[in-house]
Amino acid sequence: MGILNFANPTRFMKLVQLALPWLVGLCAITFAVGLYMSFFRAPEDYQQGNTVRIMFIHVPAAWLAMMCYSVMALSSLGTLVWKHPLADVSAKCAAPIGAAFTFIALVTGSLWGKPMWGTYWVWDARLTSVLILFIMYLGLMVLWRTMEDPIKAGKAAAILTLVGTLNLPIVKFSVDWWNTLHQPASVVRMDGPTIHPDILIPLLVMAAAFTLLFFTLHLMAMQNEILRRRVRSLRLRAASTARPARPSSTIQPAE
Amino acid sequence: MTGWAIPLFQRELRLAVRVGGGAFVGVLFFLAVVSVIPFGVGPDLHLLARIGPAILWIGALLATLLGLDRLFQADRDDGSLDLILMAGRPLELVVLIKCFAHWVATGLPLVASAPVLAIFLNLEPNAMGAVTLTLLVGTPALTLIGAIGASLTVTLRRGGLLLAVLVIPLAIPVLIFGVSAADAAIHDPVPFLTPFLILCALTLITGVIGPIASAAALRFSSN
Amino acid sequence: MDLGPHSDFIISSYAICFAVVLGLILWVRMDRAKLEATLKELAARGVSRNRSAEQKPEASGQALND
Repeated sequence: MGILNFANPTRFMKLVQLALPWLVGLCAITFAVGLYMSFFRAPEDYQQGNTVRIMFIHVPAAWLAMMCYSVMALSSLGTLVWKHPLADVSAKCAAPIGAAFTFIALVTGSLWGKPMWGTYWVWDARLTSVLILFIMYLGLMVLWRTMEDPIKAGKAAAILTLVGTLNLPIVKFSVDWWNTLHQPASVVRMDGPTIHPDILIPLLVMAAAFTLLFFTLHLMAMQNEILRRRVRSLRLRAASTARPARPSSTIQPAE
Repeated sequence: MTGWAIPLFQRELRLAVRVGGGAFVGVLFFLAVVSVIPFGVGPDLHLLARIGPAILWIGALLATLLGLDRLFQADRDDGSLDLILMAGRPLELVVLIKCFAHWVATGLPLVASAPVLAIFLNLEPNAMGAVTLTLLVGTPALTLIGAIGASLTVTLRRGGLLLAVLVIPLAIPVLIFGVSAADAAIHDPVPFLTPFLILCALTLITGVIGPIASAAALRFSSN
Repeated sequence: MDLGPHSDFIISSYAICFAVVLGLILWVRMDRAKLEATLKELAARGVSRNRSAEQKPEASGQALND
């Protein structure tokens, strides 16, 4: 099975090293196309004017924030249920990237909200649940760094991640359940998207670009984490086999 | 005197930053407290703007309290506290330097994050600036008062909650004048400087009383 | 191109996004460079995962060992 090929860290490193240049190139191209379309092809919104262009980073960042957490949740299942050796590495590395995307979503949403709706922040359901998601990401990052042993930290973080998965459907459906300030769902809906293709296409291209960026960074970070654990075990081994210090003078027998 | 003071300061700073989270956890807790308040109080932005300075001050106080048991506990656990006590340096100055390093590592990040959290509470820019300034002047006082509680509870295994209970009554004046100064900047009748200067005075007073009381408590606990 | 009256918000949104993404890329790359340097230094010191490579010739003064 494909996943088992990735269970061996050395093999994983090699496979990732082969795939990386392609991922980086594809990501750069998709971003170039997406940004061009966002600025030069997408029309102005009849209500919001040019500020709708903020949507082309705000929405993909928010989607990625949730996708990142799903990746962490799946990895946590991998750690606890299937005991896949690289699952906790995947979970640990997804956390900072997910936190960064959530941060981008919150800040760009705030900067979009000020000119359009007159306020940087409001405690409506969507914004609040995304803020909670951000706090959970940061909490997981802290948990990873406070526990010395990466394996134990992985198990603890996995449990916390799975419990927190409850927040994801709240984030997604909050705009439908509580009708406050944030716009209701217009892309991923039962009846299909309600956005005009001229705006939908650049949006999807930017979303693809962000997704490729996430996978590239995630795989690179996983490589780093594997190296970090190698360093740690080498240091532990060096410490355990170190010879005790020799005295500078020879021992004189008692007279 | 500076011969030993600066290395001690650097040691404290390095330990505070490296060990288990440090500033990051304090700021994260601050963020969590500020996020939880609207759940209890309701999302009315006008109400939040009115009580915003108080929320930020209480959040900073709680975040400082939680970080305080790292002031002496780790040193006591590995024996360095005994070494410091036996080293013959003036214990009051040692405590002062430890408090300063602790404030730089945990209090200062709280002050830096206050403007960002003020956005969540819908504070006006001048209120944001006033709260940040009062926090900048007042959080050292919180650390110094906290040092008293930390040294009283250093011998206890689960001293954390007791530490908070001991410190809160002593910290109330700082809280009162901090919030009062921040509010004075928003509403005109009371000039900002009156409560602000009293806050500065409180910090200076705790700068003297804190180390003296803390050093005395450490000496008692070591005997 | 004219971005309208709210151009500051649009530009700062994209700028912040760019800065965060750049920060992530730099973090990953610098972390990698540091880790590879550490691994190289450990290898130079003779620390390796092979058990056989750790048998070093014994110097004099064995009294304190074992």
